[in-house]
Amino acid sequence: MATKHKKADHSANSNHLVPLRKTPTGIKGLDALTLGGLPMGRPTLLCGSAGCGKTLFAMTFLVNGVNKFDEPGVLMSFEERARDLETNVASLGYDVAELVERKQLVIDHVYIERAEIEESGEYDLEGLFVRLGYAIDSIGAKRVVLDTIEALFAGLDDTAILRSELRRLFAWLKDKGVTAIITGERGDGQLTRYGIEEYVSDCVILLDNRVEDQVTTRRLRVVKYRGSSHGTNEYPFLIDEHGISVLPITSAELTHRISHESVPTGVPDLDDMLGIHGYFRGSSILISGLAGTGKSTFASAFVNAACERGERCLYFAFEESPDQIVRNMASVGLKLDQHIESGLLDFQAARPSLYGFEMHLARMNRDIEEFAPQVIVVDPISAFRGPSSEIHSTLIRLADICKSKGITALFTSLSSSGEQMTESERSVSSLMDTWISLKDTEANGERNRVLYLLKSRGMNHSKQLREYELTNHGIHMVDAYIGPDAVLTGTARIAQEAREREADLSRKQATERRRREVARKRAALDRQIAELRAALETEEAEMATLIEQEEAREIAHGSDRSKMAAKRGMRS
Amino acid sequence: MIAKKLNEGGDIAGTPNDFSESEVGGYNLRLYVAGQTPKSLAAISNLKKLCEGHLAGRYTIDVVDLLVTPQLAAGDQIVALPTLVRRLPPPLKRVIGDLSNTERVLVGLDIRPKTGSPT
Repeated sequence: MATKHKKADHSANSNHLVPLRKTPTGIKGLDALTLGGLPMGRPTLLCGSAGCGKTLFAMTFLVNGVNKFDEPGVLMSFEERARDLETNVASLGYDVAELVERKQLVIDHVYIERAEIEESGEYDLEGLFVRLGYAIDSIGAKRVVLDTIEALFAGLDDTAILRSELRRLFAWLKDKGVTAIITGERGDGQLTRYGIEEYVSDCVILLDNRVEDQVTTRRLRVVKYRGSSHGTNEYPFLIDEHGISVLPITSAELTHRISHESVPTGVPDLDDMLGIHGYFRGSSILISGLAGTGKSTFASAFVNAACERGERCLYFAFEESPDQIVRNMASVGLKLDQHIESGLLDFQAARPSLYGFEMHLARMNRDIEEFAPQVIVVDPISAFRGPSSEIHSTLIRLADICKSKGITALFTSLSSSGEQMTESERSVSSLMDTWISLKDTEANGERNRVLYLLKSRGMNHSKQLREYELTNHGIHMVDAYIGPDAVLTGTARIAQEAREREADLSRKQATERRRREVARKRAALDRQIAELRAALETEEAEMATLIEQEEAREIAHGSDRSKMAAKRGMRS
Repeated sequence: MIAKKLNEGGDIAGTPNDFSESEVGGYNLRLYVAGQTPKSLAAISNLKKLCEGHLAGRYTIDVVDLLVTPQLAAGDQIVALPTLVRRLPPPLKRVIGDLSNTERVLVGLDIRPKTGSPT
């Protein structure tokens, strides 16, 4: 009756054009790529070759059902005994025995041994139906796993009966309204060994475990999903002590929200070189450079500053152990250990060769989800060796994940000596918002470090080459000498600066000399002018005296003549 | 209901055996069915005939209807129906099907050895 009720519900739903309802698996990433989970009330086929994690996957589906969605589940195991299963999934941190005790999970081990069974006449699998039905009804199960039902084919002879009964079983499961996972071993040329994909056709998920270059990558693909769109690519997934996580779809559209906020770089001098006094929050930063240029130091300075602001940081180290980094950074005045203690900083260290890129990415994604950092550092991306297309896609996805979560991601990359970009650099350069290039210059028997900003999207920034020093108080910048011929650094720069100062001084002295000369000349000329003027004045004065004497003489002469005339006139 | 009709050994369907007759080296058989389907009915009548013919006086049969007591299915690892389980003498033996092939049933119950020529 309950079945009929469910059926009625279903048809009512479809009449109102309600889209397919889904049952979330609680597996990170899988629900994202199936847009909600497995088809509710329908069986899903989970197939893959041995060792793919089918049982763990199915078990996770059940355990999550109980723990996260309050949906009891039934596991009908045709291969492993309940106790073995409990032990196996204990490695994922699932306490199955406890769930069984709480009557939220039923594990029924179906054991069929061909040698113990004689077949006589017609039969059907009603016994299985009864068992399953009883198990479902006893706890009100919503989720059912049949692992691996194909074992029946090994135990029973009459495959014609088996096939028709399986068909009936899957129809019956649908009627029951339970969301079921049926696992199947991968067969030659078909998805399952006995072709049961014919009967379970609503949703088919394929698990794969491939070894490439001695590195294993687990991948998952949704082969089909009736009535729903889904991610169609192969997605890497990860099984470890934290359970199963599938790397979700790369966000195809670039619609992540962006921030205008700036995050200090941890190096005040570098802040000054950037138009907004820091990196943009949520941007991707690449620091590339040769060995020993201080890439990790720049990264650590950034992390240190972020932790001091109270932000959470996740540091993925691929070449050094966390302890080593902490010790080394203490030598430049960055005390990372205190941030680890306060829980703001977490290191995740792994050898790049431990897994494939995809697995690394899946792991990083999982760690990011769990730690919820504001800042991550990947040190260095050049540790990943392999085809550039793979590195590229891995890093694109990592950068995407960070951007979508507003995480500021700093990547370091070891450049090979010479001017060529490394594979990893070339492949990610276009993804990066800010690219800082660190260089070594070697001259006059010493090495010096210089830095320049190759690019920094969305802000004005210094285009100058700057020399920097790693001191025990951190990183400090010095103005590099940029002359017409070369960039000088270190002692060469100091010598050059001294030379310039000298030249400057002598230039100044020359000018001063010249100025004094001119002043002296002017003084001399002034003196001459004064002399001439004085001479002229003397002359003029003499002239005046002469004129006076002449006039006096004229007058005297005139009176004499009149006296004389009067004398003559009187006589004549 | 079926159990009542066929109460040869005096056991009631779905209850555990008291092994009263097993001590004399008799056969304790349990037949699992689900409702009165043609297959169930055929199995029951075939079994009755067979036991009368080969094990007269040395057997008990209880019939378990799993529609009534589904919780018993898991205990005896029932998958196919009808299933005949030889609970005694040990070891446990199973025959599945409507028991129409008497030879196979006899072999399956170890009443007649597999090597024995059937006639």
